[in-house]
Amino acid sequence: MKAIEIIGLSFHRTRQGPPTLDGVGLDLAEGETICIIGPNGAGKSTLVMCVLGLLRHSGGRVAIAGDDIGALSRLEMARRAAYVPQGTQSTFAFSVRDIALMGRTAHFGSLSAPSSRDRHIADDALERTGIAHLRERKFAELSGGERQLVLIARALAQDTPLIVMDEPTSGLDLGNQRRVLAMIRELASAHKSVLMTTHAPDQALNLNCAVGLLRAGRLIASGPAAEICDKRTMEALYGAPLTRLTNAERAGLAAFVPRL
Amino acid sequence: MRSLRAFPDSGWLLAASVLVTIALLAFGSLMLGRYPLTPRMVFDALTGGLRGVQGKGGDTALTIVLMVRLPRVAAALLVGGALSTAGLAYQNLFRNPMASPSLLGVSAGAGFGASLAIMTGQSPLVVEAAAFAFGLASVGVAILVNRADGTRSIVTLVLCGMVMSALFEAFISLLKYVADPTEALASITFWLMGGLGKANGLDVAFLAAPVLIGGAILLMSSWRISVLALGEMEAAALGVDVAATRAIVIICATAMSAAAVSVAGIVGWVGLLIPHMARLAFGLDPFRLTIATAALGGAFLLCMDDVARSIAPVEVPLGVLTAIVGAPFFLVLLLNSRKRGWA
Repeated sequence: MKAIEIIGLSFHRTRQGPPTLDGVGLDLAEGETICIIGPNGAGKSTLVMCVLGLLRHSGGRVAIAGDDIGALSRLEMARRAAYVPQGTQSTFAFSVRDIALMGRTAHFGSLSAPSSRDRHIADDALERTGIAHLRERKFAELSGGERQLVLIARALAQDTPLIVMDEPTSGLDLGNQRRVLAMIRELASAHKSVLMTTHAPDQALNLNCAVGLLRAGRLIASGPAAEICDKRTMEALYGAPLTRLTNAERAGLAAFVPRL
Repeated sequence: MRSLRAFPDSGWLLAASVLVTIALLAFGSLMLGRYPLTPRMVFDALTGGLRGVQGKGGDTALTIVLMVRLPRVAAALLVGGALSTAGLAYQNLFRNPMASPSLLGVSAGAGFGASLAIMTGQSPLVVEAAAFAFGLASVGVAILVNRADGTRSIVTLVLCGMVMSALFEAFISLLKYVADPTEALASITFWLMGGLGKANGLDVAFLAAPVLIGGAILLMSSWRISVLALGEMEAAALGVDVAATRAIVIICATAMSAAAVSVAGIVGWVGLLIPHMARLAFGLDPFRLTIATAALGGAFLLCMDDVARSIAPVEVPLGVLTAIVGAPFFLVLLLNSRKRGWA
């Protein structure tokens, strides 16, 4: 069974005007990681929203773990797929533990409160993301990197086979990028399926995972990062001359920088 | 702010200590007034009432406690609890620390309904019913207009509520302008300033149903309502049925506020201020916070009403008093929160 199966997915933000997503088809096998790469405005975030059923697509179909998302309730969806947003704006000063505990929402009755087992699972998720020491801190006071790890911990607490991340490394320094990417690799080794979006092809190469290239709402290529992410394809994707940097120490790893 | 360790961690233990505090406050309030009573007299009156003794002429204390003060104390607790619980739910739903129960037009609508009934010389019961009905209607129209808009955006809903408030406030002004200045105008003005001076047993019964049922539903849904504060998309991704939860909040909060306003008139600041005080003192755990908010709101309004009826020979309007106390207090909270976030 596939973690995600997307067939001919289209999304129109307005009735007139061009579609934000146009006939996207994509599969993600269980336990695999896929990076959706593309320039700004390519429709990456929209794709994430459509996969999670947070935006209603106008055409095609999305199935999570074999079932069409149209047939799944919010609760059932939340037990299959967790969402790690780009950032969260909380009006009130929730603590890190409060935020992680919210990941358990789909697991207790709609009229009840988290049990001590739920609290234990949330604490455990904070432990696994290496931020247990931040437990009592206010979420709003944390740095960008720490917040991202809290949101990942919340997704872990949600305990779903699939985790969908929208640009989990955007705005993070190299140290925090490393922590997040290492976390994602760990998820894969724990047999979680991960779909993430990113601006940086080198992250897909670094994770040695699958990629899907999204440009102007169309999926122009997909496959293993090492095969897809060559210089010509990346130049076409971003519409700019690029230089490919490689390192003899680690074969297969490459980064692209704009050529001035 | 972290929850204070001094308070018990369990919601039920908190509820028990809250009940005892409220009972003590209520007992004290029964002693207060222009005819001061000793604890013994209040106790005798209450136990007499329990045995079914009716206050008839002879026993003044019994009459005062059972017929006048007890309903008033109960009404103050219910109104304060209702407004602050509704305010808490709205602050989460609209993700705005400035949200209050009157946000969708319930107060202005109720004020208009009451004014209209007073002007046409209706009985107090009809005034109350009209206030309740127009309070519900005002919010109902705001929701219908928002639905017709198609996007069903929560921001549009707030704007619709503001429009309804503005409209009904204009209608109230119009009624006041044409009202008979010696009779109706005075009554309307007093009603709008809020007060529990006329609260009786029937009012308490009228309040109790929507307030207790609505409050219980909000308490049971408190976790989901709290998750809504993260925003619609995230709440949905976490498994919350956003549309259903939103409907629960709006229906319960509106029914509770409409009942409160129809009995007490327009009493501002409680629904805005108390949830913030509760967050500061008891932390953000939704279940605890809802109980704490309801209790603090009830206790606050009870104390305000005690002041209103005992500070001067004539009653001070309750809504005026809550504003005089609430506004500066809110300013302190505001300055505090700008540094550290909303509790």
